[in-house]
Amino acid sequence: MFEKGGKLEKLYYLFEAGETFMFSPASTAKKTGVQIRDAIDLKRMMMTVVIAMVPCLVWGIFNVGYQHHLAVGQVTSFFSVDNLLFGARWVIPIVLVSYIAGGVAEGIFAVIRSHPLNEGFLVTGMLIPLIVPPTIPLWQVALATIFGVVVGKEIFGGTGMNVLNVAMTARAFLYFAYPSQISGEVWTQMAGETAVDAYSGATALAIAQETVTSGGSDVVAALGDFFSFDNMLWGYIPGSIGETSTIMALAGALILIATGVGSWKIIVSVFAGAFAMGTIFNLAGANAFMDLPAHYHLVIGGLAFGAVFMATDPVSAAQTETGKWIYGILIGMITVLIRVVNPAYPEGIMLAVLFMNVFAPLIDYYVVEANKKRRLSRATV
Amino acid sequence: MSKILKLKKGFDINLAGKAEKTIADSPLSETFALKPTDFIGMKRPKLLVAEGDNVKAGTPVLYDKMQEDVMYCSPVSGEIVEVKRGAKRKILEIKILADKEIEYETFESFNVSDLTAMSREDAQAHMLKGGVWPNIIQRPYGVVANENDSPKAIFISTFDTHPLAADQAFTLNGEAEAFQTGVSILKKFTEGDVHVNHNSDAEVSATFGGADNAQHNKVSGPHPAGNVGVQIHHIDPINKGDMVWTVSPYGVVQIGKLFNSGKYDASRLVALAGSEVSAPKYYKTYSGAAISKLVAGNLKQDHVRYISGNPLTGSQIEADSYLGFYDNLLSVLPEGDHADFLGWILPKKNVLSFHRAWGLFSFLNGKDKEYVLDTNTNGEERAFVQTGTFEKVVPMDIYPTYLIKAIMSEDFDNMEALGIYEVIEEDLALCEYIDVSKHDIQEIVREGLELMQNG
Repeated sequence: MFEKGGKLEKLYYLFEAGETFMFSPASTAKKTGVQIRDAIDLKRMMMTVVIAMVPCLVWGIFNVGYQHHLAVGQVTSFFSVDNLLFGARWVIPIVLVSYIAGGVAEGIFAVIRSHPLNEGFLVTGMLIPLIVPPTIPLWQVALATIFGVVVGKEIFGGTGMNVLNVAMTARAFLYFAYPSQISGEVWTQMAGETAVDAYSGATALAIAQETVTSGGSDVVAALGDFFSFDNMLWGYIPGSIGETSTIMALAGALILIATGVGSWKIIVSVFAGAFAMGTIFNLAGANAFMDLPAHYHLVIGGLAFGAVFMATDPVSAAQTETGKWIYGILIGMITVLIRVVNPAYPEGIMLAVLFMNVFAPLIDYYVVEANKKRRLSRATV
Repeated sequence: MSKILKLKKGFDINLAGKAEKTIADSPLSETFALKPTDFIGMKRPKLLVAEGDNVKAGTPVLYDKMQEDVMYCSPVSGEIVEVKRGAKRKILEIKILADKEIEYETFESFNVSDLTAMSREDAQAHMLKGGVWPNIIQRPYGVVANENDSPKAIFISTFDTHPLAADQAFTLNGEAEAFQTGVSILKKFTEGDVHVNHNSDAEVSATFGGADNAQHNKVSGPHPAGNVGVQIHHIDPINKGDMVWTVSPYGVVQIGKLFNSGKYDASRLVALAGSEVSAPKYYKTYSGAAISKLVAGNLKQDHVRYISGNPLTGSQIEADSYLGFYDNLLSVLPEGDHADFLGWILPKKNVLSFHRAWGLFSFLNGKDKEYVLDTNTNGEERAFVQTGTFEKVVPMDIYPTYLIKAIMSEDFDNMEALGIYEVIEEDLALCEYIDVSKHDIQEIVREGLELMQNG
């Protein structure tokens, strides 16, 4: 019925998607070419990334509850049932909306453009909820996801053809279209309750910027105990749902590296680039933010999450191994550069990744050209 | 100067059912076939015989209108029983019913001093007429060599690292003299060297190791270390305008025998291997043997796929069909037409994977584990997503992904610059195996080669 010529031929790819999710197909190798095929397929590869995001998701759910209870003055232990229930109440709907809105957009394009449903969406659908604040209106999640899928990916031809990272495109859309819901003090879900007086909803990066504008001299002191290095490393701080905990992002990184699905070169080089830029600023030392010890940059904000899950997107990253080093280091450096030098954008990783997405093909171009030259030069030997 | 290559990149596919090194007694196949489709560059095959004709081993049966001097000869003596044709009367198989006792066409034979004095032209004429020329493959393009070319070097890989591959030293045991003659004859065609490449991880066989008039190199590493294309890349790479020839060890021996004994000797040891074979062994037969006699009563089950050649580069043949001209291996694997519930996410330990993505635990099994792999594609074709993996199985200074994309976009300049002249299908077959997105890489490579050759 769904086959060519069948009544519902147009819906073939929807049918195919459903069927192949139930059963891996009974298709066999062609008469010529390899007669055996590796056990891997794209679905499994994408699911590996989703699994790597689970630590961040779980931490994010607890943290949304923890930050809420902290803000309203109820001290709880981090892994409490209260935190879990409150966090789930606000996070799960965002995840569902992201998957449903994006899935529908994918499905419509699969039908119109007659291409298979892209498994890439398994990853995008989970990434988007993890990089938005817990207070985000659900309609904005839906809108951003659709924008990311359609403008970030489908107009280029679908998964594998996109220039920009889809989830980052979605977030950039939110950032520029609805800045008041994604910047300022939006990082704690109050659920209508009032915060205690001592509570400030600001993020560490905002505090750092504030220190500079108010002429302060010591960012670490301004960050105080709440934003201590350890707290930021573990992620007991407000922020986008999945990005607060550097440790959880690193747990994801371990999974990605051990499975070979994410490039360790990119992950390592983003951290290295950020640290190097932080050190350069330390040496320059023109203001308080520049004096922030370089290792703080690695745990503040979304750098770790971005390095592990955004920069490593194989489609939008550099594709040559040499290129991956250059690409990663530049993402790290530009992130810190944006943070410290440009007060309009407190977090730099989003723009750094998108910026380097655009430059990745250029990096690859030069790496491949070098290969061509090397090959040509053999001729004279 | 002989070279020692240590290759790191690549991937060994360790399959169950390797042929035991014994020669089985079995009834000889009764029919043999010459298949024009085995010769990739052959454009317009023309028959020299008709159904009902009697031929001897070495009687010309076929030639290519585009390359009229190269004779394709009958492997056995007997009667032409059928010329099987396909669409548009394309010749598919020329079937020969073999005599009980093989009779040979008599060609001139030569002693050692004759051979030393022989000119290239005389050697060439003898080889063309005697049916051994199709053993010579030209790179670039991987087609039967043009007899008027002078290659810059000639390469012979004496070992095969493909899964289930027949052991070259075993199949040619005792043929040192013919091998030597073959090498000496080939040396007449090039100003450069004849390279004989050995596996450094194994003892050098007496058949190949002692050959004079050749440069002996040693190569170690996982598959595709045995691929002659990979060896060429590291020993004397093919740049634009260059040409080299490659010959299989069997081909060298066959050339040698033609000069030593004046016979077109198509006898060969063929390995019957694969997880579905009850007793995988070697069989003595001739090129192009019918497979039905080989497998009769020797299979564990009947839902199988017959592959002429190895599971990476071979092609599927029917149960009543014949081995290919260049193949000394019949692989028998289980057909994989089964749907697996949630097969895309449940853990798999017994399906070999180059990758380690979630649930693919084959890397925990160690290198010695032998796998029973079926022909299931384990997934559907998708756009290219994963990067950086093809490079890990191609031990050459080549970017396979970029080369493949250049071919797909018919970008001639880039195909050339990225190394199309250095590869044929088999060199990128591992990429096809490990490809997450299940592309037909070898088919794409051939399309690229045809574009470069014919525009």
